[in-house]
Amino acid sequence: MTTATPLWVHRRRYRRRRWTARLAALAVGSAFLLAVVPLILVLTYTIARGLPHFSWVFFTHSLAGVPPSQAGGGIAAATIGSLEQVGLASLIGLPLGLAVAVYLAEYGTGRLATVTRFLVDVMTGIPSIVAGLFAYTFIVISLHQGFSGLAAAIALSLLMVPIIVRSAEDILAGIPRTLREAGYALGLRRWRVVVSIVLPAARSGLITGAMLAVARIAGETAPLLLTAFDNSYINANPFRGQQSALPLFIYNQAQQAYQPAIDRAWAAAATLVLAITGIYIIARLLTLRKSGAHRV
Amino acid sequence: MKSPMRVGTRETHDRATPRAQTRRRAIGDVLFERSVWLAACAVLALLIAVAAFLVWRSIPAIRQDSANFLTTRTWLPDDTPPVFGVAAIAFGTALSATVALVLAVPVAIGSAIFVTQYVPPRVGVWLGYCLDLLAAVPSVVYGLWGMLWLVPAMTPIQHGLATTLGFLPFFADPQGLTRQASRSIFVVGIVLAAMIIPIIAAVTREVIRQVDPGLREAAWALGATRWEMVRIAILPASKLGIAGAVLLGLGRALGETIAVALVLGTSFAVDFHLLVFGKNTIAANIATQFAEAGSLGRSALIASGLVLFAMTMLTTLLARAIIYRSGSRERSAFA
Repeated sequence: MTTATPLWVHRRRYRRRRWTARLAALAVGSAFLLAVVPLILVLTYTIARGLPHFSWVFFTHSLAGVPPSQAGGGIAAATIGSLEQVGLASLIGLPLGLAVAVYLAEYGTGRLATVTRFLVDVMTGIPSIVAGLFAYTFIVISLHQGFSGLAAAIALSLLMVPIIVRSAEDILAGIPRTLREAGYALGLRRWRVVVSIVLPAARSGLITGAMLAVARIAGETAPLLLTAFDNSYINANPFRGQQSALPLFIYNQAQQAYQPAIDRAWAAAATLVLAITGIYIIARLLTLRKSGAHRV
Repeated sequence: MKSPMRVGTRETHDRATPRAQTRRRAIGDVLFERSVWLAACAVLALLIAVAAFLVWRSIPAIRQDSANFLTTRTWLPDDTPPVFGVAAIAFGTALSATVALVLAVPVAIGSAIFVTQYVPPRVGVWLGYCLDLLAAVPSVVYGLWGMLWLVPAMTPIQHGLATTLGFLPFFADPQGLTRQASRSIFVVGIVLAAMIIPIIAAVTREVIRQVDPGLREAAWALGATRWEMVRIAILPASKLGIAGAVLLGLGRALGETIAVALVLGTSFAVDFHLLVFGKNTIAANIATQFAEAGSLGRSALIASGLVLFAMTMLTTLLARAIIYRSGSRERSAFA
């Protein structure tokens, strides 16, 4: 180095670096906006189109006897179906998922644990329509059960289990060891420590995880097409016969060529979106209150 | 510790429990451990059962197919003789997912960088929750919105693209179809992109959060601007994890059913004309054909579902393996 770089070169470089940084900030900021725009568009548009069609009749009547070209009828059958299917799916999926999570977090040290952990992660990638095909081949045709809410619930629980396992394992593993050791020091058996100390301590996180999983499967449509198969009449028995469900209702009404049907689709979509965002927000607020220690 | 990296920290409450070692184990302990172990086995069995049932129930269709199942483009399983194959719908699946990925990746990675590096951490967490909410919106609602709002809105835009950039093979419109109809792969790609952005962004966020803070601080100490810090410290360290995130998004886009079924116009064409009405995907084909299909038709749909299952499982397997390799077992409720 015989001659020093002149000062103006440094200045120019510095200026260029600052401008690059500003442009980059603008780029990532607008990327975020671009990601959120669909959310705002979809939510506001759905609610704006759906709310005007909310009515007492809409929530208390089924579609029985209402042709697509006429107004009237509503989501009673679909709501009953959805509640039963999601409820049954949770009844299967929550305990199973929680048990697997307990295994992974409390006992999982061997090869089975590694394999399970990996395959549970892979299971999150099962397309929902494939879960539907599985329930169709297994329950509907191989066990000769016919289309039913139960078949739908099996498909939904298959989608639910990996979500539950992943969030619950994370939360259980985040429970401090000292808490467990306190239990052991009191002479508790290992299973008692899990049941009476670890699970209660993890309660709020587990509930949040469960609610997020419910929010996630409540809107699934594809598996229901192959399992519940829709029904315009109220069928309150989830174990026998075709059932309706909110997502199915939306899907089938949306494909009609008549405006009254489209309006029903929007109203049902607004109902579903409000229910799911409601569950989501409550779940988030729950973890917020409880020390916020666990990120789901 | 908040960090979900626990592969090395799963130490052994086994050895920490004196009872477990010194005495014969109590019956309650044995029962409890057996039952949770059984649950883990049940989940593995479930995954195997999915594959087994799909294979079993698709055999009759593949056997009776008078054409090659993998190379035929038409889908007429209930004709005599049955002629069907997955070539066109598998192509459409891959094409729509690719378009979605091209649109989604820059936006998703950019927004993940934004919420982790450009805003205060507390705000970033909440903005992240907003992105997650995007993933909770049901696909049928995206489909409804895509069909009734986006499709009409995109018609003039697509026609404009086709007339100005029509010399590019992707934007070509040889039959002049874009003037009226716009239920194209391009519009589907936009809807799918909106659906996978939150997934890619969520995983990328977790991967970026786990970058060693020392690297960041070293970059600051060298006098880097914020962008230079991201470029020299954050991105190289999280490269692998981001690749895994992108693959996860790809898997989701491949398997998406209802939004595609509602938005895309159906045809069995195999070409790269993104703006032209039509084409089909495996998942959407199952959704639209299932109700009317006969027994062989349904079996054929199951066979196509098996192909989709294989495609998505390979993608997800690869994605998870890469994410594991990158050292972060990210977790987010929605990915």
